[in-house]
Amino acid sequence: MSTTVTSHRPRPPAEPTSLRARRLPAYTAPAVAVAALALAAAIVYGAGIGGPVLVVVLGAVLYLAGLFAAANAVEGRRSARNRTWSALIHSAFVLAVLPLASVVWTLFSKGAERLDVNFFQTSMNNIGARDPEGGAYHAIVGTLEQVGIATLITVPLGILCAIYIVEYGRGRFAFAIRFFVDVMTGIPSIVTGLFVLAFWVLIVSPWFNDGRPGFSGFAAALALAVLMLPTIVRSTEEMLRLVPAPLREGAYALGVPKWKTILRVVLPTALPGIVTGVMLAIARAAGETAPVLLVAGGGAAINTNPFENNQSSLALFVYQQAGDASRYAPARAWTAALTLVTLVLILTIAAKLLARRNRLSR
Amino acid sequence: MAKRIEASNVTAYYGAFKAIENINLTVEPKTVTALIGPSGCGKSTFLRSINRMHEVLPGARVEGSLTIDEQDIYHRDVDVTAVRRTIGMVFQRPNPFPTMSIFENVVAGLKLNGVRRKSILEEAAEKALRSANLWDEVKDRLGKPGAGLSGGQQQRLCIARTIAVEPQVVLMDEPCSALDPISTLAIEDLMFQLKDKFTIIIVTHNMQQAARVSDRTAFFSIEKTGDPGRLIEYDNTQKIFSNPSVKKTEDYITGRFG
Repeated sequence: MSTTVTSHRPRPPAEPTSLRARRLPAYTAPAVAVAALALAAAIVYGAGIGGPVLVVVLGAVLYLAGLFAAANAVEGRRSARNRTWSALIHSAFVLAVLPLASVVWTLFSKGAERLDVNFFQTSMNNIGARDPEGGAYHAIVGTLEQVGIATLITVPLGILCAIYIVEYGRGRFAFAIRFFVDVMTGIPSIVTGLFVLAFWVLIVSPWFNDGRPGFSGFAAALALAVLMLPTIVRSTEEMLRLVPAPLREGAYALGVPKWKTILRVVLPTALPGIVTGVMLAIARAAGETAPVLLVAGGGAAINTNPFENNQSSLALFVYQQAGDASRYAPARAWTAALTLVTLVLILTIAAKLLARRNRLSR
Repeated sequence: MAKRIEASNVTAYYGAFKAIENINLTVEPKTVTALIGPSGCGKSTFLRSINRMHEVLPGARVEGSLTIDEQDIYHRDVDVTAVRRTIGMVFQRPNPFPTMSIFENVVAGLKLNGVRRKSILEEAAEKALRSANLWDEVKDRLGKPGAGLSGGQQQRLCIARTIAVEPQVVLMDEPCSALDPISTLAIEDLMFQLKDKFTIIIVTHNMQQAARVSDRTAFFSIEKTGDPGRLIEYDNTQKIFSNPSVKKTEDYITGRFG
C-alpha cells in the first residue's frame, strides 16, 4: 500500500505540473492486434499445435500483453492498467455474446429448412417415418394454452403474494413465506411434474373423469405454474422494495388509503420491473419439457381443449422429434425450436412495449 | 377553515427509543409556526405525529394527546385517512409520483379518493397550481411527467398536490432544504399567501427562514445524543430571535451551540 500513499503526496511546487501526458497514437491498438494475430498464427502453425481457434485465443492474450507493454512504455502504468482492463471487459462482453449469436445462427440456419406454411398448419397425426411433411400446429396450440393458463394462475397469485410480503407481512409468517418461496425456486422441474402427476392427475382429476386419470394440458399448466410462481414472487418482491418509501408517504399524506396507494402508486412505479420478472418466468415455463411429458403425455394430433386428453408442447415436440428415427424429424425439431424462441421473443417485446406505454414518455 | 392544533404531553417512540418527551404547545389557526433546533431533536418526529405519519414506520407510537379543534387525532374511532386529508404534509425532498403527469400529480389526492368528474378535477388542478405559483410555468405542459420539472418546481408541485385536497393544516418538513435560494424564496412567498387559508407548521434548519416566515417559533433541543427531544421555548418569533427567555435558545440562535 506504500506506493499508493506516495503517489498521493503533493508534488514539489518548483516543478510546474502539466496536465498533458504522452499518448499512444490512435492506430496503436489495431496495429498491436494485427501484430499479435500474426505472431500467434506463426507460433501455432509453425509448431503445428492447433487451428484458427487457438490462433484467436493466443492472439487475444498476446494483444493484451502487447497493449500493456506499449502503454506502459509510453503512457505510464496507470494508463496501461486502464487500457488492459478496458480490453478485458470488452473481451468478456464478446465472450458472453458469442454463444448467443451462435445459438441464433444455428437456429436460423437449421430451422429454415422446414420453415414453411405446412409446418404451422398441420400436426404430426398420421405422419409416418417416411413422410417429409408434418408440423407443429398441435404443439404451438399446446404451448400457448399451457403457458397461458399457467400465467393466468401465477401472475395474480405471485403479485399478491409479493405485495403481502413487502407491504403487509410482519414477523414469522411473512418470513416463513419468503423462506419457502426461496426453497421453491430451487425445485427441479421434473419434481413439480411428479407432484402434479401424483396429486392432480392420479388423485384429484379421477373424481370428475369417471375414475380415469386425467392427463391434460391443464395438468401441465399446473406444473408450469408451480415452476413460475417463485420466480414471479421473488422478482416482484425485489421490484416493490425498490419503490422509494417517500412515494408511499406522499400518497398517505394525501389521505389515500394503503390499498389504493399500493394499487395506484406503488404497482405502476414498479410495473416495468414486474413485467420483466413475469416474462422471465414465462420464458422458463415455455421451455420446460419434463413436466409436460409427465402430465400431458404429448400426442401427435391437434387437441385444442386443455382440460381433456393428451396435449403436446413445443419443447416436448423438439424433444420427441430430436430423438425420432425418421430422417425428416431433425429438421422439424430445429424449426420447432426456432418457433419457440421466436414466440418467447415476441411475447417479451410485446410485454415491454405495453409496460412502457403505461409510463409517461419522456 | 384553518384549525387550532393542541399538543399536550406528547411523547413519541421508535420502538424502545423515546424520540420526544412531553411536548406541550398550541398552534393558532392561520399562523405560520416554525420548529427549529439541532439535528435529532425530534422536530420532524413531532411534525409527523401531528398527521399520524409517525406510525407508518414499524414500531413507532405516540403517547399523550394531540387535538385539532378539540377533536382527538389519536382517538380509536378516528379514520387515519381523514386525519391526513385534514392535515396535509410536504416532505423534505420533492416526491412527485413518477408514473403520473403534472396534472395527475396535482389531482392525485382527489382522484385516488374517488373524485371522477373531469371538470371538477380540472378546476381543482388550476386552483391548486395557481395557489402554488406554478400555473404559469406548467399550464402548457400539464400532460408531461411531474418528474421532469426542476427541483423547485417539483416541490411547488408537491405543495399544489397537498393543497388540492383542501386540508386545514399544512405541515412542511424542511421543504426548502433541497432547493436553491430562488426556489426557496418562491416557496417562502407562497407560505405568506397560504397562511390566509391554512395553518402552517414548518420544520426548518434555516434560522433566517424561520425568522422571515413564521409568526411563532418553537425551539426543540436534546441534552445529549440518545436523550429524548424536548420543547425548550415557544414564543412569538420576534421575541425568540431578539430576546429569548431561555439561555439555551439564545445560544442556539446566535450559533454558540448546535
